[in-house]
Amino acid sequence: MLTTATIVFEGMATYRELLKQVKDRIVEVDAREAAELEGAVWIDVREQDEWDEGHIPGAVHVPRGNLESRIEGVVGDKAKPVVIYCASAARSAFAADSLAALGYEHPVSLAGGFTDWKRNGLEIVMPKKLSPERRARYARHLVIPEIGEEGQLKLLESKILLIGAGGLGSPASLYLAAAGVGHLGIIDADIVDESNLQRQIAHSLNTLGTPKVDSAKRAIEALNPDVEVTTYRERLTSENIDRILDDGWDIIVDGADNFPTRYLVNDASVWRNIPVVHGSIYRFEGQVTVFKPFDGPCYRCLYPSPPPPELAPSCSEGGVLGVLPGIVGTLQTNEAIKLAAEIGDPLIGRLLLFDALATDFTEVHIKRNPDCPVCGEHPTITEYIDYVEFCTR
Amino acid sequence: MSVVRVPPVLRAEASGAREVEASGATVRELLEDLSSRVPALGEKVYDGAGIKPYVNVYVDGEDVRTSGGLDAPVRENATIVLLPAMAGG
Repeated sequence: MLTTATIVFEGMATYRELLKQVKDRIVEVDAREAAELEGAVWIDVREQDEWDEGHIPGAVHVPRGNLESRIEGVVGDKAKPVVIYCASAARSAFAADSLAALGYEHPVSLAGGFTDWKRNGLEIVMPKKLSPERRARYARHLVIPEIGEEGQLKLLESKILLIGAGGLGSPASLYLAAAGVGHLGIIDADIVDESNLQRQIAHSLNTLGTPKVDSAKRAIEALNPDVEVTTYRERLTSENIDRILDDGWDIIVDGADNFPTRYLVNDASVWRNIPVVHGSIYRFEGQVTVFKPFDGPCYRCLYPSPPPPELAPSCSEGGVLGVLPGIVGTLQTNEAIKLAAEIGDPLIGRLLLFDALATDFTEVHIKRNPDCPVCGEHPTITEYIDYVEFCTR
Repeated sequence: MSVVRVPPVLRAEASGAREVEASGATVRELLEDLSSRVPALGEKVYDGAGIKPYVNVYVDGEDVRTSGGLDAPVRENATIVLLPAMAGG
């Protein structure tokens, strides 16, 4: 029996022999040759702790053990060159061999790996790290290649201001908090009322009669203590808007319930170059878009003037299906997360219309107006305007 | 014949209809036809000289203000969206 076993082992390659066989099959390139591969995707196949100690700029981290299962999500086009590296070009050789077996046309292994790269004084990036607690909380984000640790860190470092903690602001505040947006600001002057609970899910029976900003803050903190919350228990006006925006918000989620606030938010956001994720609702219908100053139209390009009061009823006058702000507010949240993580195609220059009765989404194109009084070539509005006469509350 | 989608705030002017029909080879002809078929709705959108500033009109997803105005052509069986701003949140 012992003799037979010895014969079997003699027929198997040692690690060194196997590595040599693989290296003979794959292409190995040096750093200069790798840099010349146009459109190449760089993949770091080392373990998490190695990646955390520095990596090549622009590389995507896919540990060797997950390579085959994740590669198609990272590199969809198999004709693209893929530069793979590890510490010293052993794991990357096996990885390149495996990608070739999966049909990738140009997988190459970086000779000398990260060790030589660093030794030769080439540029490296020291990644910021998520704590183990945060890695656990955001695990489902971290495995998405488009978000990953880098995207999650961007979310944690972003500051998003919510205009209103009502129908739209409720789902937006909860989902932004759950996603790990590091700092949320909430502006609302109202108190939680029983009639709000049909749709404003950040509030509850326990917070009836309390300021909406405090109620929303409680809900956010119960969900995710990572999130810092700044509350502004006031109505946004031309008097306080600069003070509030001076707190340095990256993105505004507009869930206001009246036209004066929406025009005020627009003008300030254009002057300060802050993107606004717009949502509005009435009965069964909603509108969503992203106003990114100078990249696309602003609110005044879309709606140069507010409608007359008889065509501008508020939700309290006209009613709203309770789930509608949930749908529209989460669509806004999706846009805000994409902007914060810098992924995807935001709804810039596109207005999405949702009809809950028909379950119909329609998209119309919206363009910048060269004559826009705020973002146009020759702006005529250069100071805040208080449109009290259009107030629909 | 084109389909004109009526926004919720203007449905009272169209006897509650979510959609009405209108025809015309240009935006102007179409809005004039709409005004003769559903006068109450037509007058909220079009005053004979232009589109009311607080309503946007989209023909097959394009805003007519930035794509040819009243003289812009309208194909047969186009979809027209009338859209005033909504403020609710």
